[in-house]
Amino acid sequence: MINLSLKASEKERIIDQAKELPQIELRSDLVNDVENIANGVFSPLEGFFNNEDLELCLFEKRLSNDFPWTIPIILDISEERSKEIQEDDEIILHNKNGLLAVMKVDEKYKYDKQKLAQYVFGTTETNHPGVARVFTLGDVLIGGRIGLVNETKRQYEQYNLKPIETRILFKEKGWRTVVGFQTRNPPHIGHEYVQKTALTFTDGIFINPVIGKKKIGDFRDDVILASYEELMKHYYLKERAVMSILNFDMRYAGPREAIFHAIVRKNFGCSHIIIGRDHAGVGNYYDPYAAQDIFEEFPDLGIFPIFFKAFFYCKRCGGVANEKTCPHSETDHISFSGSKIRKLICDKKLPPEEIMRPEVAKLIICEENPFVSE
Amino acid sequence: MAEKKDDEKQRKKFTTVSIPTPLFRKVEERIKDTGFTSVSSYVTYVLREIVAEGEKEEEEHPFSEEDEERVKERLRRLGYLE
Repeated sequence: MINLSLKASEKERIIDQAKELPQIELRSDLVNDVENIANGVFSPLEGFFNNEDLELCLFEKRLSNDFPWTIPIILDISEERSKEIQEDDEIILHNKNGLLAVMKVDEKYKYDKQKLAQYVFGTTETNHPGVARVFTLGDVLIGGRIGLVNETKRQYEQYNLKPIETRILFKEKGWRTVVGFQTRNPPHIGHEYVQKTALTFTDGIFINPVIGKKKIGDFRDDVILASYEELMKHYYLKERAVMSILNFDMRYAGPREAIFHAIVRKNFGCSHIIIGRDHAGVGNYYDPYAAQDIFEEFPDLGIFPIFFKAFFYCKRCGGVANEKTCPHSETDHISFSGSKIRKLICDKKLPPEEIMRPEVAKLIICEENPFVSE
Repeated sequence: MAEKKDDEKQRKKFTTVSIPTPLFRKVEERIKDTGFTSVSSYVTYVLREIVAEGEKEEEEHPFSEEDEERVKERLRRLGYLE
């Protein structure tokens, strides 16, 4: 299991020498990446990509050690800044509070942003938020192994578990099979349905909301967490469900991100992962089931996907159903449309109980603005 | 698109493994009308599956007793464990 926290003596050496070493202040997304690498969330990575890993990731969806990997984990700097950094240098990585990590620069290289965007997102349109982000990055990348000096003090500490902690937790709970659920929204009845259906076949469920920069109009992180707390308090068995967060900025890379999400959940100790319709997608950039089809390319992921079709509430069935289980017509169906739920919430109206648990709905509409606004 | 293929060609690193010709022919037959474009891609797929299975079986407890106690203490403090 990857643990790149420096030992006390090494930490002391780095702190002593830090002032003489080149320094880089990291954006919040890179701070997340550093800690995710160091704590094994991104296992088997031990640092930021060098050029070989980047190209293999783009073209082969694998690392140079043949391990499946679909989203580049890169450290970008400006051309000007790059002149001060040489290969084999030790450099200091800062967060806004101070020294975060040390990195041994293995390689400094240029990359093609158009190509990166095309391979990862399947488009170079800057309307795609992931593509837009790529074009804001610095022109030079540096790759190399990192060593964590100080962990960042985080919001939501109680939900900030590392892979070693979730793995020990699952073991202590006696869970041999655990299904991971990736989310960036408060739960509606459809989410609860897929989670509980998957839980029927596994020992436990690991609810793992993504906390980080999101699009304007997405639900705020604190609202997502509070709504899940409410759902779990009223409708889940404490001994069967665990929630912890993933500090990561969504890339909205659809199928490639689905594989990445699966690898991360495997690292947290999950045996299964739920992959729904248009997982990690945005707009109409991806076929709704591309994020499921891509799993066929990876016989060696080490985690089993559980696929779900689109689902709805059927008034005649009296419950959640999908096209495989419900013989009734569309007029009997109520969809779990995100935009419909948002509209009701904006109008301060409670979504119907067929769509959202009243405890969750009340909590959300009590917020003046539950959405990301800038 | 041509550029994409060139990129892929350049980046792939391969080595040769020999298999009996009759087996090669059988595999060729088997992969007809599947998503596999060559015997090599099929063999790679199967080998990755087998190797990953073996790695899973080899996986031991990746943490020490000391780590385990320290983690359990934090999990208790946070309310995850009684």
